[in-house]
Amino acid sequence: MPTLSTLAQLFKSAAFYFAVLLIVLFSVFPFYYAILTSFKSGTDLFRVDYWPRSFSLANFVTVFTSGNFPRNLWNSIFVAVLTVVLSLFLAITAAYALGRVRFRGRGLLLLTILAVSMFPHIAVLSGLFELIRTLGLYNSPWALIFSYTIFTLPFTVWVLTTFMRELPLEIEEAAIVDGATPWVIITKVFMPLMWPALVTTGILAFIGAWNEFLFALTFTSSDETRTVPVAIALLTGSTEFETPWGAIMAASVIVTVPLVVLVLIFQRKIVSGLTAGGVKG
Amino acid sequence: MTIRHPIGQGATIPRPGRSELMAQRVAAARLFLVPMLVVLAIVAGWPLLRSIYFSFTNASLNDLGNVEFVGFANYLSWRTLKSGRTIYTGLLVDAAWWNAVWNTIRFAAVSVSLEAVLGMLVALVLNAEFRGRGLVRAAILIPWAIPTIVSARRWAWMLNDQFGMINDLGMKLGLLSEKVAWTASPETAMVAVLIVDIWKTTPFMALLILAGLQMIPKDIYEAAEIDGVHPVRQFFRITLPLVRPALMVAIIFRLLDALRIFDLIFVLTPNSEATRTMSVLARENLFDFDKFAYGSAQSTLLFLIIAALTTLYIWLGKVNFEGNSR
Repeated sequence: MPTLSTLAQLFKSAAFYFAVLLIVLFSVFPFYYAILTSFKSGTDLFRVDYWPRSFSLANFVTVFTSGNFPRNLWNSIFVAVLTVVLSLFLAITAAYALGRVRFRGRGLLLLTILAVSMFPHIAVLSGLFELIRTLGLYNSPWALIFSYTIFTLPFTVWVLTTFMRELPLEIEEAAIVDGATPWVIITKVFMPLMWPALVTTGILAFIGAWNEFLFALTFTSSDETRTVPVAIALLTGSTEFETPWGAIMAASVIVTVPLVVLVLIFQRKIVSGLTAGGVKG
Repeated sequence: MTIRHPIGQGATIPRPGRSELMAQRVAAARLFLVPMLVVLAIVAGWPLLRSIYFSFTNASLNDLGNVEFVGFANYLSWRTLKSGRTIYTGLLVDAAWWNAVWNTIRFAAVSVSLEAVLGMLVALVLNAEFRGRGLVRAAILIPWAIPTIVSARRWAWMLNDQFGMINDLGMKLGLLSEKVAWTASPETAMVAVLIVDIWKTTPFMALLILAGLQMIPKDIYEAAEIDGVHPVRQFFRITLPLVRPALMVAIIFRLLDALRIFDLIFVLTPNSEATRTMSVLARENLFDFDKFAYGSAQSTLLFLIIAALTTLYIWLGKVNFEGNSR
């Protein structure tokens, strides 16, 4: 016969797993519900279901055949990948300088970089708009690559600096004794060790660039140059009552699937990068 | 008189070869920083200065090249009528602006407090060891990774007054007596925004707090256990003080993010006075209403308000960013 204390123990662990279940359910449910809705068509859409009852690919066909969605998808990929590559390239040498070399004003510089990455973007919007118009980049993917550097660059510098700091001193000392210049130290000694950190930082910066909305909305003006978030935000019917919910949900599922796959594969890396940098991507 | 012995200084006195090497390293470091600093100056520094400059002019969206300096007119100007009454105009006396400031601050305070509490609870659950913890961690990363726009539209659909599942579920469970127009009615618009924001960003908070929790040595709890300290007391006496630095940093990042909120409100509750924040209002003026200079003034003031609030928080909370710097 179970004693009172084992019953209490049982109750405790039941409550614990209930809390875990609640957390998972709350996190995943909107995604699940979007998938459910995306496979509905016609009047099925307006019936609330909690389990899959209908299966139609009509919404996905609509998303891919009418409008510019494939083009928007390509724009998003192009902009996010190029922004990340450019930022990592500029950040790695800067992170070496900030993480491994002592010099006056380093603390202040780091704080400035952190401040820029947490900056309210609206504060630079009018100046950036002028600059982008002057450079002739308006309504092109380059306007977005240019402006996204404002948050991806400080972020990658900050996270890579924290990773750089953690590498042992001995490796570098050995290279210095061998007479290696700082450039050789970065490319030959640190780069091979930094690959995991570069992947982590790259993924976080990619998510940030992929999700960006304010600049994408402001610096592009035609359907062909829009990125996916803007396209989804502006997907509306002619009246409020004709909002194409099915198509919106299908599009939202399509853009989220790559992110969910990334999260599942790189879960550990993403968490380590987030906590190392302590900055939101 | 005391004589100072240079004990132990021998090791720190740089030998000529070493200092030369150090100088070379510092020079290389400076060089390595140049490209990044130049890029940041172009994409962040210059536009910020131009935005501030525009706020003192009469610039309009279609004619940015030909502007006149108007001083503080966008912020505050006054005119005395013949009757002797003085009329004030400008941003500082604009009720719509102060409504937006108040909305932003209210939103940031409520959302970040709730996220800190919920994030702490989630972190405590995830700090326990159980099977499938990795999967749970991956699951809570999903809300964080999904674009805000996408989340906003999904929730807009779930919160739909006619066909939304929230109303359906609420009615079925007897929590709601009638269908609620969550995003449209002024009383609930802010609630809707808060629900979505808390859903999206609690995971981020939880993961940062979790990292702090995992640094607390386990033997402290073992000792407390032996002394028979109640778990609730353990939390307030041990966990909370030790996790405080991590918590404070997590809160400031969230606070800065909440104060600049734009995406969620733009999509979920467009045109709602109850939720229009500083960023949303400033962008409307800049690009929709052709009040470029006035919008620039708003974005400048927004920048100052956020800077002031952040400084106040860092000062009051004694936040330390460089705890692990060498």
